[in-house]
Amino acid sequence: MVATLIRMTGDWDLAEECGQDAFAVALERWPRDGVPRRPGAWLTTTARNRALDRLRRGATEAAKLREGAALWPRHEADDGDGEGHADGDDGTVRDDRLRLIFTCCHPALPLEARVALTLRTLAGLTTAEIARALLVSEPTMAKRLVRAKGKIRNAAIPYRVPPAHLLAERTGGVLAVLYLLFNEGYAATGGADLMRHDLCAEAIRLARALVSLMPDEPEALGLLALMLLQHARRAARVDDAGDVVTLEDQDRALWDATEIDEGLGLLDTALGQDRAGSYQLQASIAACHASAASAADTDWARIAQLYGRLAPLVPSAVVELNRAVAVAMADGPAAGLKLVQALEASGALAGYHLLPATRADLLRRLERHAEAAAGYREALELASTKAERRYLTRRLAEVTEQGRPPSP
Amino acid sequence: MRYMILVCVDESVEVSPEESLPTAWVQEMDGRGVRKLGSRLRPVSDATTVQVRDGEVLLSDGPFAETKEQIGGFDLLECEDLDEAIEVASKHPGAKFGTIEVRPLWED
Repeated sequence: MVATLIRMTGDWDLAEECGQDAFAVALERWPRDGVPRRPGAWLTTTARNRALDRLRRGATEAAKLREGAALWPRHEADDGDGEGHADGDDGTVRDDRLRLIFTCCHPALPLEARVALTLRTLAGLTTAEIARALLVSEPTMAKRLVRAKGKIRNAAIPYRVPPAHLLAERTGGVLAVLYLLFNEGYAATGGADLMRHDLCAEAIRLARALVSLMPDEPEALGLLALMLLQHARRAARVDDAGDVVTLEDQDRALWDATEIDEGLGLLDTALGQDRAGSYQLQASIAACHASAASAADTDWARIAQLYGRLAPLVPSAVVELNRAVAVAMADGPAAGLKLVQALEASGALAGYHLLPATRADLLRRLERHAEAAAGYREALELASTKAERRYLTRRLAEVTEQGRPPSP
Repeated sequence: MRYMILVCVDESVEVSPEESLPTAWVQEMDGRGVRKLGSRLRPVSDATTVQVRDGEVLLSDGPFAETKEQIGGFDLLECEDLDEAIEVASKHPGAKFGTIEVRPLWED
């Protein structure tokens, strides 16, 4: 509804306010007069009429009104008391939502604002909720949103789906925002908990919406599949004390079979289009884990090979680190350690706790306990969430114990 | 929608005229009707800054900001929206060796 109002009025704040007004009117009238036959359409029409009223009132807004009226098909105009006859057809609503996604994720906006705007206008979260979710104060978040909406208006960031020559690049940008949102929930960078489920759920909901809006985009399918396959493991990732459980030690009975099935199905559909991209490759890796009956059954050779294909598409040291882990599993810890050490020499991941933690894990497997302990200590100094710190402390205690010479 | 693009370059970096001269770009953008006005600017060694403090005119030699990149030219564009302004700016030869700032004009 807000998406449609933004298209009509070109004014983000007005659209949001009128949307809220419409709900208020509904709360007052529906108990008295009964719920209309098409509640969604009723709300949109009511909000639209509010918006038109308010635009009419402002003489300086005359131009916007003309624009708004021209965009709204005449046959849908009604008596003006808010009792709407019809919504725009589903196609129009669909297009409006897609336009809104692309505008919220426009690369001329700072990344943090893209994430916040997406949560505000697409997920409908309040400023206070977004501030809480992204761990900033409410005034900071309010300022961020005001600034972003100001730039959309003042710099004329277009409200549309990008033309063909920009579409691939901009779609990538939208997917990146959704994945960032998911990751912020899945591996929280701050706070006491390892995961923040509300953000994950919201990201999945938005990815679903994007898939339904762009059914022919295999990377959107790939991203949704990736999120589902990762999210399916959520119950097994953290133990009762809130500590990390590594993939290897997870109780696979706790994995969500329904989500895995859906993720695998979506991935199949995506791969069927034969336009592989980074999200499909990452989902393929997640699928290898999801479909292995036990950790020992994991096809690490295939995972290492998938990481090898991913690396040139996503030139990232984190991908390299994951490839090192896969190689360690496929070809032994010594082979993986070689890659980790090369990565450390490059300095690309300096300050990232998983780098010394991975080195420590491989050294532990090679029974080089003292060196492993040094790695866990390094990682402990860098890890930011309490759950990760507890995991590292436990491992450190283990290798310190094993490293001790047997008592006489 | 009008935008000013500021072409910011590091004057100490040598760039050949073939790489830096925007003649073809000017021709193309004038032809499309998106470029209304513009010029290359003399280097900052020819710049003067002016301030008035307590009624006194204060002058100094040089640019207003002591940064590595300085404004080397500007163009006034009339575009459909920011995407078009970005597209026009990205085709400017200065984008390859310098930085282009796209600023909407303050219009009510």
